[in-house]
Order: sequence, then structure tokens, then C-alpha cells
Amino acid sequence: MTTLPPPSAVKLGLVIDLDTCVGCHACVVACKAWNTQSDLGAPLSDQDPYGADPSGTFLNRVHSYEVTPQDRPTQQVHFPKSCLHCDDAPCVTVCPTGASYKRQADGIVLVNEDACIGCGLCAWACPYGAREMDPAAGVMKKCTLCVDRIYNEALPEVDRTPACVRTCPAGARHFGDLGDADSDVSKLVAERGGFDLMPEMGTKPVNKYLPPRPRDADQIDILAPLLAPVASDGKGLIAWLDKALSKLPGGHA
Amino acid sequence: MHPAPSVILFTTFSGLGFGLLFWLGLGQPAPTGWVAFAFFALAYAMAVGGLLASTFHLGHPERAYLAVTQWRTSWLSREAIAAIATLLTGGVFALLRIWDISAAPLGWLVSLGCLATVFTTAMIYTQMRTVPRWRHWTTPALFLALSLAGGAILANRGSAALVLLALAAVLQLVAWITGDMRLQQSGTTLGTATGLGDIGRVRAFLPPHSGSNYLLREFVYVVGRRHALQLRAIGLILAFGVPIPLIAAGLGHITALVAVLAHIAGVLCLRWLFFAQAEHVVGLYYGKR
Repeated sequence: MTTLPPPSAVKLGLVIDLDTCVGCHACVVACKAWNTQSDLGAPLSDQDPYGADPSGTFLNRVHSYEVTPQDRPTQQVHFPKSCLHCDDAPCVTVCPTGASYKRQADGIVLVNEDACIGCGLCAWACPYGAREMDPAAGVMKKCTLCVDRIYNEALPEVDRTPACVRTCPAGARHFGDLGDADSDVSKLVAERGGFDLMPEMGTKPVNKYLPPRPRDADQIDILAPLLAPVASDGKGLIAWLDKALSKLPGGHA
Repeated sequence: MHPAPSVILFTTFSGLGFGLLFWLGLGQPAPTGWVAFAFFALAYAMAVGGLLASTFHLGHPERAYLAVTQWRTSWLSREAIAAIATLLTGGVFALLRIWDISAAPLGWLVSLGCLATVFTTAMIYTQMRTVPRWRHWTTPALFLALSLAGGAILANRGSAALVLLALAAVLQLVAWITGDMRLQQSGTTLGTATGLGDIGRVRAFLPPHSGSNYLLREFVYVVGRRHALQLRAIGLILAFGVPIPLIAAGLGHITALVAVLAHIAGVLCLRWLFFAQAEHVVGLYYGKR
């Protein structure tokens, strides 16, 4: 049913720390891998993967932006983006078949692929580009918050978290209940001033982003001196070798 | 937005078909026998042909019957129901008219159904907050005006066609003039999209992928914008500039054909621009619009 349920008490979602993300794309790969082997839905296909014009279906993508504050140096921000599991999800209400739905129990937005006609309207309604039509399966794919991991008792407890969170080497991704003000993720959001993407769209996203911390204006790089080239003019054997090799044909003075 | 041929054909021809059915429902004209058969057959060929074309872009057209289930929230679902209900009642009305049985109230119901169908089609686009250009009263107004104008030409309602064509031309100009500024006025920028706008000026530095993807193909269609001005002029001339003087001078068989063909070509052009010029906010994430 595409009528949105009343706001759920439990709001499972992600908190993404833009200060910590290093832009390695490991979450992108882990997401693609898990959701391609998962029997929850159709695999995430690739088109022309080894050819001249490769493209494929991904549920998570990492952009990189440059932010220039008024009075401080420019900083680079890596920006992972996936479904935000919005409370007021426009992708759900536009669906003509009832394939898109938001779960009452935990707020996860899912697609019933058996009912999806592949009209693409939900992707049109999403301002975040979180949904991608899979050209091979002809159905809409989106982040499931790894619903087949987080409740999966066949997995060790440490793995009962979305694949992107489990794999992040920087600890930039956090998973938890954002409906519970006392949860670790909610405290993190309160402490760091977590924000919504495009709040003006009225989607009320569950996922939150933590802002990058400001860089110092007069940043002194303490490691730079250690990286300077050493032994620019060697002594003894090295100096002789340098001279001898330079005299060989093709050698540099 | 990607101007998919199936959707352009669908909105153009089903709009014309339902427009013609609207006038037939009102009894303007009120033919009987074979003439009625020809008129209704033309309306149904365009309306049903357009609807069939729209299923070509579906990933799973065999499940299209599910699309009538979510009328509580989905404009696409409402459109499917309105189209089916109108075509069914219109079919009964057509049979009655062919056998010269008067059924005026049923015809009015068919006309109302035609208006509802075209309106729900337009609302599929108008509801999109993500496409500020479409989210405006001019979208349903223009869809309705073009549908009724095209229907009036096909139904040979000269004076009604003239008024509606002029109205549609004005609405089209209003839609363009206001629409060109609407993304900017919406306040959605790369700054709000990333939430980094409060820190400073944001610039897209590296895309998330080296190749293209579904999002760029579907939502960031920039090819058409280069010749937008020329295409707007061509669309206006064909859709309105050619038919209006021909109709005003009184239509013969040949000039009627020219007026109809020019109008259809013009509306196809305008509908192509409707999609190709529409900017989806997801393009902002890629530093595009």
C-alpha cells in the first residue's frame, strides 16, 4: 500500500560523518557485492562492464565536493549518498502498483520487485537520486538498509549491520535507531549538529549527515619537513657512484 | 528529463484522442451511422494507441494491471482508472450514437471523464517537487488547453478551436517565461543538496563514477537545451501559427489536413521540449542542471 504509515517509533537509518569519510568507495563496492549475491531481489547488473562505455546499477555512490569558506582554505568533502529512508517518502506515494512501501515497524523503505512495473516514477519523485532502474531486471532497485543482514541471526552479531557500515575502514558510517533519542546515533547527531539533505523538499529524511569540522586557517604541516628529499649531495661511495654513473652514455650530470 | 519517445507519443496522442472524445461526448458534432463510427474510431485509435505507447517504457508491462490499485495516493494510478472508465463509458456511448440512439447525459459523463483523464495525466508531472519547472498550475492548464484545442480541430469546431489554440499559445508562453526561472526560485542548490552551503561555496569536484548511469541518462538530459529557442519557435509556429489562420479562413479538406498535421507536429515538438528542458534537482549533485 502506497499510503504512508503513521511515523514509526523505530526509525532505522544511517548517520554519515563527512568529516571522517576518506572517499575510498569501499562502501560502494560492499553494497554492490552484498546486494548482488543477496536473494532478497534481482542482482545489481552491469552493462558493457569491460567495454568502452561501462555502466551499472548502484545503491550507494560517493561524490566529492570542494567547499570554500569565506575566511578559510578550501576543503574537500567526500559525500556518500544512498536512500535516506524518508519519513515523508515521495517515492512511495507516487507508486501506482503498491510495489514501493515504507515499513511501519522500522521505517525502512523497500520495493516489492514482484509488483514493480518499472515505470520509473518513484525515481522521478526522489530528489536524492537514491533509486536506480536496473536495465537487466526491469525493476527499481534501492537501498534496503541491508534488511537481510540487520535481522539475520545466521550472521555473527558484529555483521548484523548494513554492508556499507560494516566495511567502512574510516568509521564514517553509523547505523542505528534515529527514532530513539538515547541511541548512539541520535546522540552523535545532537552532538555534532547532524543535518538533513534538501530539507526544503519536505521529505523528512531519517538519515543524517555530520558536517566536516572547520580546518585551521594557518595550518602548519608538521609532517612536511620529514618528507623533504634527503642526501641531495652524498659523500663517499654514493658520491663516487653518482659521478661515475653520470659519466656513462645517457647519464645525467 | 529524458524525452522518452513513448511518453511524448502517449501524452500527445492520448491528449488528442481524449480531446476529440470530449467534443463527441458534448454532441459537437453529433454524427450517427458510419460517420459516427469514423469519428469514434479516430478518437479511440489515438487515445488507446497513446496509452499503449506509454507501456513501451515499462520494465514489466505484463504487470500493468496492478497500476489501478493505488488511487489513494498515486496520480498515475488515478490516470489509469480515469482512462479505463472513460474509454468503457465512451464505448457504450459510441455504440448508441452509431445506432442513432440519443444518450446525451452519458455523453456529458464521457466528456467529464476525458477532462479527468487529461488532468490526471498532467498531475503526474505537476506533482513532482523534484522538477520545479513542472510544479505549477500552467502544466495541467496547458495539457487541458492543448487537448481540447486539438480535439476541436479534429471535431471541426472552428470557433472553439480558434479560442482554445490562442489560449494554449498564451499558456505556453506563460509556462516558458515563468518556468525558465523556477529552478532558481525554488531555492534548491548544490548547497542545500549537500547541506554544505552553510560552510561556504560548494563545487562538484569529482563525480562518483567515470561513466554514465541511470540518473544521468534519465534526469540530466542536456542535448535539447542548446537549440531550445529555435525549437520553441518551430513548435509555436506549427502548433498555433499554421492552424490559426487556416481555421480562421475556413477549412476545406486539404487545409484541414494541413492544419491537423501541423498542429500534431507542433505539439510533439512542444512536448519534447516539456521533457528535454525540465531540470531535475538530482542533477545538482553532479554539478549539472
